Amino acid sequence: MVPTAYYILLSAALFAIGVLGVLVRRNAIVIFMSVELMLNAANLALVAFARERLSVDGQVLVFFVITVAAAEVAVGLAILVALSRSKQTSDVDEVSVLRG
Amino acid sequence: MELFLFIITAAIALAGAVAMVLTRNAIHSALFLLLNFGAVAVLFLLLYSPFLFAIQLTVYAGAIMVLFLFVVMLLGAERVEDAPDQIAWQRPLGLAMGLMLLLVALATAFRSSAFAPAPGGAALEAFGDPAALGALLFTHYLLPFQVTGIILLVAVIGVVVLNQRRRPRPSEAKTR
Repeated sequence: MVPTAYYILLSAALFAIGVLGVLVRRNAIVIFMSVELMLNAANLALVAFARERLSVDGQVLVFFVITVAAAEVAVGLAILVALSRSKQTSDVDEVSVLRG
Repeated sequence: MELFLFIITAAIALAGAVAMVLTRNAIHSALFLLLNFGAVAVLFLLLYSPFLFAIQLTVYAGAIMVLFLFVVMLLGAERVEDAPDQIAWQRPLGLAMGLMLLLVALATAFRSSAFAPAPGGAALEAFGDPAALGALLFTHYLLPFQVTGIILLVAVIGVVVLNQRRRPRPSEAKTR
């Protein structure tokens, strides 16, 4: 039987790696992937806590997180496609003006 | 045996995440993220959540990753970071802050969690049952479930609106 603490430690490490990806990378798509990694780490912690307390509510919460993440990815990638159509780049440092 | 399986899967998940951040090519990043998602799906299975295991594989590793790969190839954005950094200090600063967060998060998780084995028994069978999850979803969480449907609808409409090509009207074309 694996203690819940191991899962929480793994989840914390995965979340921090995701933050590191957002801070260090400049490709907007890779930044997006790092955000997905963070959401996934939070899901892992939620399921671990749900298993510790034997309550199904945590699994329901993860179900909702996955649904919202899917919607978020669809809208975010559409924004990236629209952005690259007007700027011809997906480097976040190049996109520094508010004017469309 | 379970601990052995956990250690191997956790190592694969961590390696996938680190390789995703380190590799230069966005396609390779997407594939390493796929590896990480698969490993986390196995961890869900180890946590007695077979329904979330299936959802993770179909929605995350299936739908979302296909969308990512499709957009990377559509935009040709595999290597946009080959150009030198415009702001020289942002990468070392980001690295330092990220490592600090890693230390703080690990210390907090280590201090505040119990290392005793989680409970098992008959309640564990009910926990892993997808029928229990479905019953809860359609009774106690019915309103959030409906709101999820609206969110997906809004996302679909938003994607269509964001990516439509706007034809200039005759009056606009004259003024340009």
